[in-house]
Amino acid sequence: MTEPAPDFTSTLLELAEPLPLDCGKHLENARIAYETYGILSPDKDNAVLICHATTGDQHVASPHPITGKPGWWDRMVGPGKPIDTNRFYVICPNVLGSCMGTSGPASAAPDGAVYAMRFPVITIRDMVRAHVALLDALGVERLHCVIGGSMGGMQALSLAAHWPERTLRVMAIAATAAMPAQNIAFQEVGRQAIMADPNWQGGAYYGTGKAPDAGLAVARMAAHITYLSEETLGEKFGRRLQDREAKSFGFDADFQVESYLRYQGAAFTERFDANSYLYITRAMSYFDLAEDHGDAEHVGRLADALAPAKHVRFCLVSFDTDWLYPTIESRKIAHALNAAGAPVSFVELSAPFGHDSFLLDVPALDQVMTGFLQR
Amino acid sequence: MAHTPLRPDLAVIAANVTSGARVLDVGCGDGALLAALRDGQGCDARGMEIDAANVAACVGLGLSVIQGDADTDLAIYPDASFDYAILSQTLQTTHRPDLVLDQLLRIGRKAFVSFPNFAHWRVRMSLLWNGRMPVTRLLPVAWYETPNIHHLSVADFREHVRTRGIKVEQAWFLSGDKSCSDAAANFRAEHAVFLISR
Repeated sequence: MTEPAPDFTSTLLELAEPLPLDCGKHLENARIAYETYGILSPDKDNAVLICHATTGDQHVASPHPITGKPGWWDRMVGPGKPIDTNRFYVICPNVLGSCMGTSGPASAAPDGAVYAMRFPVITIRDMVRAHVALLDALGVERLHCVIGGSMGGMQALSLAAHWPERTLRVMAIAATAAMPAQNIAFQEVGRQAIMADPNWQGGAYYGTGKAPDAGLAVARMAAHITYLSEETLGEKFGRRLQDREAKSFGFDADFQVESYLRYQGAAFTERFDANSYLYITRAMSYFDLAEDHGDAEHVGRLADALAPAKHVRFCLVSFDTDWLYPTIESRKIAHALNAAGAPVSFVELSAPFGHDSFLLDVPALDQVMTGFLQR
Repeated sequence: MAHTPLRPDLAVIAANVTSGARVLDVGCGDGALLAALRDGQGCDARGMEIDAANVAACVGLGLSVIQGDADTDLAIYPDASFDYAILSQTLQTTHRPDLVLDQLLRIGRKAFVSFPNFAHWRVRMSLLWNGRMPVTRLLPVAWYETPNIHHLSVADFREHVRTRGIKVEQAWFLSGDKSCSDAAANFRAEHAVFLISR
């Protein structure tokens, strides 16, 4: 993506007050793009906040304005679906640092020029601070539930730990309380691919007609592998060749899996800003819910971080084939919540799709979601 | 909320838990006892369950249940964090029942433990006359696929708690849904329920 994001159909909230950030700076004129579904009850007690993952957006149950594809959680959110919009008022904001209308590196700074790398480095808690500002603007004092998968789960946990009075329930799926080293490592590979692309130009590529699409595509290819399971890759592609009878003895995409990844990488550059990718993955690698309470390896300390949320009901879900945010990460959170005395449920569901399982057809997840939201 | 009648040993436990108590049901299955304790007695009722489908069903009832294994995952609970720890029909399925009992009494101030009595006369008869591992109403599964790997009798349990200095606060013995006397329990009881403490 070479130009700043155009104005999409989403509703925009412009914050009147500067948004304080963890890095010590403030973000002036911060804008939050969001979608809502359903109707807020007169008592304002039926609001559900859905937090999207790394490269997700606010179009949780409505078509994506660029790709035209259905919302990323269309199977979960809607009338009569597990997150039932006949009953709940669903709010889904685009996260801070992203490129779908919310302030990010591709937005204009107060001086009128694009931020690019002048955009402050943000954290998961900063994203949640923006969500809370949105809740304030919508008049929602307390959520029925905050829900998120992957990075969305981190936001949900952060909201519970830092703004525990703002929600009654937390549903964190395939999440972690602290980014594991392996995930930091993968994301560093992605960022280095972007920054090694000469078209990145120190991040100041907006308006130059050249963007680090090659680097961003490689970052996406590497990340995409981590979202799938070995089983999925094996079943979907195996060692099958792409549109050819024999190996080419060259470096074309001989294998189907190579062709698939190249397609995924290229398609991603159509809808995502490379600098946003840098900022959002940075926020994730900085994420450690317990960092103010000692180190996250120590369950007692994570329990301290979550202690303010001990009246909040938690539900944690992991998937047996997810090697990016494996079950042990959810289990650590469950243990800490137990130690904090919070009511917590935890279940590892069996699904073949790796980390992406939370987005795909896993009926057991629907059952858990429906039940957890019910009462 | 209407509940289907509880299994007899669970009904005994439910009737003897104080209202409003903090309760952990280890091996809580589909959550029937937890739901009854929450809705009938206002208990803060939580569970641990090994089977994912059961955990999902419990979450569907609005219960707080953690997927875990009684043999390995009880260590995560702080000392004395519950008024009662409950282990119903699960002791005989654990790898180390003795250690599980220790954990129960660490986590709960008191513990309810229920188990099928392997010295019930039908079981004895089956073994004596047929020379076969018994398959009865309460132990319906053949030897090679039963989850019950540590069968015990009422007498075994009494002996165990005595040597470990565990106090029996109360005990109930059931044959079907009828109770039977203490003295004849090891012969006549199909089920035993013990309330124990340190």
